[in-house]
Amino acid sequence: MKRLDVESIRRDFPILNVKMRGHDLVYLDSAATSQKPVQVIDSIYQYYTNYNANIHRGIYELAELATDAYDGSKDKVAKFINANSMEEIVYVMNTTEAINLVALSWGEENIKEGDHILISEMEHHSNLVPWLLLANRKKAILDYIKLDESKTMIDMESLKEELEKDPKILAISHSSNVLGTINDVKAIGSLAHKHGAKVLVDGAQSAPHMPVDVRDIDCDFFAFSGHKMLGPTGIGTLYAKKDILNSMPPVIGGGDMIRTVEKYACTWNDLPWKFEAGTSNIEGGIGLSAAVDYLNKVGMGNIYAHERDITEYALKRLSEISNVSVFGPDYNSMPNRSGVISFAIEGVHPHDIASIFDSMGIAIRAGHHCAMPLVTELINEAAVARMSFYLYNRKDEVDRAIDAIAEVKKIFKIGR
Amino acid sequence: MPIDIYAEELISNYEHPHNKGKINDPNAEMHEYNPICGDDITLYLKIKEDIVDDVKFDGKGCAISIGVASMLTDSIKGKRLEDIDAMGFKDIVKILGMDPGPARAKCASISLKALKKAIFLYQHKTVDRDTEKL
Ligand SMILES: Cc1ncc(COP(=O)(O)O)c(C=O)c1O
Repeated sequence: MKRLDVESIRRDFPILNVKMRGHDLVYLDSAATSQKPVQVIDSIYQYYTNYNANIHRGIYELAELATDAYDGSKDKVAKFINANSMEEIVYVMNTTEAINLVALSWGEENIKEGDHILISEMEHHSNLVPWLLLANRKKAILDYIKLDESKTMIDMESLKEELEKDPKILAISHSSNVLGTINDVKAIGSLAHKHGAKVLVDGAQSAPHMPVDVRDIDCDFFAFSGHKMLGPTGIGTLYAKKDILNSMPPVIGGGDMIRTVEKYACTWNDLPWKFEAGTSNIEGGIGLSAAVDYLNKVGMGNIYAHERDITEYALKRLSEISNVSVFGPDYNSMPNRSGVISFAIEGVHPHDIASIFDSMGIAIRAGHHCAMPLVTELINEAAVARMSFYLYNRKDEVDRAIDAIAEVKKIFKIGR
Repeated sequence: MPIDIYAEELISNYEHPHNKGKINDPNAEMHEYNPICGDDITLYLKIKEDIVDDVKFDGKGCAISIGVASMLTDSIKGKRLEDIDAMGFKDIVKILGMDPGPARAKCASISLKALKKAIFLYQHKTVDRDTEKL
């Protein structure tokens, strides 16, 4: 297998040369947003410098170039997740908008009073609140698949029980942004399909970090954000099977999403444009395209293996430290694990941990990570600290984080 | 944020907070909660002739919120309400010995916010909207 060359990758990320609080930056917050390589930054610069124009209707060369670049990015994204074609790739702002689009369009059409909507206890707010709103609008019932005893994985028995209620849709994260758990969405989705449910996969934390094949998973919807996978903010993708997209009404009306408009009637444009009203986020599509190129060049399998290596190392080192606990599968469960590690230091609030890390040049996140039911009710903490890895992280950065934990313990006089 | 904020004094006030607990029959109290980090503080006051006779706080939070609450409550005993009314973020900076920076300003000021709201409620029998901002 081709090894991933971290040093040459790091040279592509200008931000890794900046200092934070006077120290070399250690960026361990890629689950929140990833850093960007020069190739992505430059693609946007090139667009504005050489061929900025509005897309789709311009009858001049610049407009053709911009249209080709934007539309071409959809072909790349389609291939990246193995969709059938770019018709199944709807650009949105981010994962959150993708899921809201499904709830507002498909959900509005298909959910009726008394219907069940199924999600899990480990969902990010973006895969919870849209369903709660839909359930409230429709007087439908929102159900939760429970976590198992260890509070790290989906409880398959609970899944089966909930499926007996024949939910209309199951919406579940591929990879948890708090626990780092990778859910077997192919198996879970296949069970749900047997009960006639549609399956939505929140891929915000999977698409950037592991090979994803939506046809193999056989999900009906798959949502992810460009900014977590080396792309710019403001661009994300909703994948949906073509026949489902065809059946869904548009939510936002305006230019570009129509074919013909009369005073009192109109017809919709072809997929995927029917869902993209108004001038598109052209720089976003172009930047995302460059990000996909970059990820393909390194290889998603290599990225996954690299992160797994670092995560396993970090979990082992963390397990050697007293008064530190990790929420999520341990290093014996690496096949179910991504590079997100939430942890606590006994007696220290996560915000104090993050502040001390910050003073040492290390960026981590502390809080409820937009998964309040999981963090406050299940893990039973007001907040947790989280480090997360990506292709540019090295083991010596894990060492810096471990040193920072020692410093926190020293300041708070914990342990020896 | 510079690490110096976690000075010996702050840590000891966090680990052994002063004035922790409840006052039975307080004449003013106020609950403040920050869902972002879970800082959760209730402040109780015994006020006599417009002077703080006793103050206690209960709750949980980070070292900055609890440490400041401990030191702040120490500092206001015997103070006139009008003097407390004039207090602001600058007094928190004084207590901490430095500005905690924007990321931690809310933690640092949660107890002062509760204090000022409690006193306003005591004086005006209504919750003051303006003390939302310190
Ligand atoms: C699992 C998961 N789902 C959804 C989201 C929402 O992503 P965005 O904020 O880009 O819409 C995130 C981002 O933190 C996430 O981690």
